[in-house]
Amino acid sequence: MSLIDRSAEHSSLPFSKVDWPAIRRDFPLLTQQPYGKPLAYLDNAATTQKPNIVIDSVAHFYRFDNANVHRGVYQLSERATAAFEAARDKIKYFLNAPLREEIIFVRGATEAINLVAQSYARPRLKPFDEILISAMEHHSNIVPWQMVCKQTGAQLKVIPINDNGEIMLDSYRALLSEKTKIVAITHLSNALGSIPPVQKMITMAHAREIPVLLDGAQAAAHFKVDLQTLDCDFYTFSGHKIYGPTGVGMLYGKKSYLEAMEPYQGGGEMISRVSFESSDYNSLPYKFEAGTPNIAGVVGLAAALGYINTIGLDNIRQREQQLLNYATQALEQTAGLRIIGMAKHKASIISFVLDSAHPHDISTILDQQGVAIRAGHHCAMPLMTRFNVPATARASFSFYNNESDIEQLVQSLQLVNQIFSGKMGE
Amino acid sequence: MNDELRALYQEVIIDHGRHPRNFKKLDHPSYTQEGYNPLCGDRLTLYLRIADNKIIDASFEGQGCAISMAASSLMTERIKNMPVTEARQLFDAFQNLVTQPDPPKKIREYLGKLTVLGGVRDFPVRIKCATLPWHALNACLNNITKQIVSTE
Repeated sequence: MSLIDRSAEHSSLPFSKVDWPAIRRDFPLLTQQPYGKPLAYLDNAATTQKPNIVIDSVAHFYRFDNANVHRGVYQLSERATAAFEAARDKIKYFLNAPLREEIIFVRGATEAINLVAQSYARPRLKPFDEILISAMEHHSNIVPWQMVCKQTGAQLKVIPINDNGEIMLDSYRALLSEKTKIVAITHLSNALGSIPPVQKMITMAHAREIPVLLDGAQAAAHFKVDLQTLDCDFYTFSGHKIYGPTGVGMLYGKKSYLEAMEPYQGGGEMISRVSFESSDYNSLPYKFEAGTPNIAGVVGLAAALGYINTIGLDNIRQREQQLLNYATQALEQTAGLRIIGMAKHKASIISFVLDSAHPHDISTILDQQGVAIRAGHHCAMPLMTRFNVPATARASFSFYNNESDIEQLVQSLQLVNQIFSGKMGE
Repeated sequence: MNDELRALYQEVIIDHGRHPRNFKKLDHPSYTQEGYNPLCGDRLTLYLRIADNKIIDASFEGQGCAISMAASSLMTERIKNMPVTEARQLFDAFQNLVTQPDPPKKIREYLGKLTVLGGVRDFPVRIKCATLPWHALNACLNNITKQIVSTE
């Protein structure tokens, strides 16, 4: 508990004073030794590990505060409700959202995008209307739109990217038209690490009065997101990718849009009055929160955001850029290695291929060396096609990683090269 | 490198993975079968020419890891000139090799060179890499043609 006990002093720490080794010790899972080797957990784009404060807050909720929210007229329920609603305020401040009722709790970014596709887009789309996404979207920002296209006859259009993995803004400009009804783009590519010029893209879409959804599943953990500055119309993220629990996430939507939308699911909580003839829907945000929510998850997520704030997202960004630069240089010196995605603006995610071995063979061998990376299509199959590779290996870094993790990665890749060059010493 | 890793990436596998045998499209195949592992994206097409209930030629094309490439290469080598009924037996024996903790000596002897793939037993997520071509073969043998088989 190095950090949290001193949160007040930490929150104002300059970068040079942040105790990164102490921060790493806040994550109990990272101390384990797979195959007798130190764990180098480099799959943070898939999910992040949880600090003690998050684990403890979830346990504390179940031990002392567990009750359903917004229902019980008794102290426990009031306490659970207070914790749940306090988390909504924390998210509002974390993202600098204008209003607390614009924050909707969902299962994750995937559900948030599906909600917008079904409740916003579906009733408004007509045949030959267009939805604009980019060539580097996660399947969760492709398939929900394909489904709504199938339902309405609308068409999915794709903004191309260049060989560095950067959005081609001229093509984007050309694709925006009176047929475009929504633009849905990632705020940070999970497979390439590219950070698209979203501010410019939002302005361009708004000039034509087209709403924009940003998929912040990756971005929110890596740099400061300011929704009032961005002025996007919808924003999504997943708790588990930002050091919080799995199964909880958030949809932000501008109030004017959310109010005009039909509910996504029906059930308890989302109604104000029900008869067998009809029901009146509850006000925002509850209209979109049918059923008992993941209360403990929400409480854990709030703890995670508090933890991030004590380190400071500017410090996090700076540390992760150091790790990105260190890893990029080290990997570029590895024989036969090619990095996929060399965008100028990048977060700490590196996709690569090796001449000597397929990503799955790399991953198996690295695992035995204590290095956890992702191998495969990263839920972005069209992107793999774009770069003409069946799959890539991906190392993604968090602020709790360090230079030793990267050394361990690079040395393990050298072992892969040895095994596959047939020059394996005993 | 530990023993499990050494057992998985034996020289034969590295060799067949890098230089797969029978890696080509077959002219006038009797059966063509796609195999696909959605988990990792490994994809191959198996071609068989069959006459008088005998596999007279076998080849494959595709993309995948060393294990799936080597498994396909070794399988096509082995099943050439094999009666269809025996290929079914071989499929069962191979399944036994990669899924059972201690396959009987009889099965090992019968499989011969194919036993090099037994190392996947210790890597549960990689078993499907080794069985991908075999599932394609099995689908061919069941006369299920022109359909994608999946390891899922």
